[in-house]
Amino acid sequence: MEKALLAIFLEGVFIKNFLIIQFLGLCSFVGVTKDVKSAAGMAGAVVFVMALAATASYMIYTYILVPTTMTFLDLISFIVVIAALVQLVEFVVRKNIPALYRSLGIYLPLITTNCAVLGVVMLNVQSEYNFIQSVVFGISAGIGFTIVMLMMSAIRERSSFVRTPSSIKGLPLAFLIATMLSLAFVNYFWVIPI
Amino acid sequence: MSTTTTFLIESMAILGGLGLAVGLMLIFASKKFKVETNPLVEEIISVLPGVNCGACGYAGCSDFAERVVNENAPITGCPVGGFDVAKEIGGIMGQEVAEGEKQYPFIKCHGGLNCVDRFEYVGFEDCKAVMMLSDGEKGCSYGCMGRGTCVRACPFDALYIGDDRLPQVNKYLCTSCGLCITSCPNDVLAFAKESEKIHVRCVSHDKGKAVKEVCTVGCIGCKICEKNCPEQAITVTDFLAVIDQDKCTACGICVEKCPQNTIEAR
Repeated sequence: MEKALLAIFLEGVFIKNFLIIQFLGLCSFVGVTKDVKSAAGMAGAVVFVMALAATASYMIYTYILVPTTMTFLDLISFIVVIAALVQLVEFVVRKNIPALYRSLGIYLPLITTNCAVLGVVMLNVQSEYNFIQSVVFGISAGIGFTIVMLMMSAIRERSSFVRTPSSIKGLPLAFLIATMLSLAFVNYFWVIPI
Repeated sequence: MSTTTTFLIESMAILGGLGLAVGLMLIFASKKFKVETNPLVEEIISVLPGVNCGACGYAGCSDFAERVVNENAPITGCPVGGFDVAKEIGGIMGQEVAEGEKQYPFIKCHGGLNCVDRFEYVGFEDCKAVMMLSDGEKGCSYGCMGRGTCVRACPFDALYIGDDRLPQVNKYLCTSCGLCITSCPNDVLAFAKESEKIHVRCVSHDKGKAVKEVCTVGCIGCKICEKNCPEQAITVTDFLAVIDQDKCTACGICVEKCPQNTIEAR
């Protein structure tokens, strides 16, 4: 069944939002959202890596694993490919665009083992997307990630001015915020089908 | 050969081949895209504290290391690492360093609970916010507001607000980075060396009467200390006593004579 690209895009950004509906990549969600600047840097790196990972894993899956009927090896080979790919990108960026490396490079190693990136490529395989659909889903998942990261970090920045009981200061408060955000997202994009 | 064995060998071959190909590609890439860096930079980074606080004035520890090697930034530039780190950097760069005395932030206000509140403040718990509301709730517009802007500025948890509503410094945690001093909106904090024993704990330039109305320990500019100091180390300008630490011998006469107990020995 062919799905419209727009539907896939919206699905990636909102309905299947990785952070708040699928709960993937939560490590960076609570770890890097202390201020907007680093959250934006991390999110930019994730968009980039997700798009690349979707491309590369599609190639590996269709041209190596399917012809040899070794599709059960998808998970482990994707891990290898993504990790190597991120490393390669880091080398290239460091050599050619030092300015970008400084703002984005420190987040790249964090992403190599990010389960959200692995989630994108696994979902691509499960949904049997073709090449263009896979890439679109990868990019849209990254954009969804970005939106939630920015929202979360902005709220956390603001909430540092609020008087909170010392028992919930810091991470507990972050989880409370995440709960509210998640509730809003689930009600809006999941319970009410669009 | 049974099908299971073939299957096993095939899957091992594919995964192994994939791993090998990826590994070779990475080796090639790391050669091809190698960035030439001065090995001294890496060495200096490894001896720096690595907290990236920016107290040296550069964008983080790696930037500081690069400037030291390439642009002759001072090797004593890292206030956090202090003398130990400066010595190690000196060893790497082949330079000698003289030991400087450690200095800590000092709170030049003893107001706190001794200072009258003009109104009750409810709002953001931050000195800068308090100050925006007609110069703060304290009767004295010069003093410490005790809302902990410096405490939050400290990346090392070396400051805390004590029972007297004034910030206290934990010398074992303090690294003399000076971030608290720059964060204070009222300039109440300043560096003081360990050997400097006598301090005026007031920054108010108000006239004596005005100070007495709001604060029981503020400097009223009575000049008793100036007259009694055997070394002429104290001068009173604009109703505030200032100690010249170079001349001060820590005899303690001023501490005894001060009618407001503003001058303190520690």
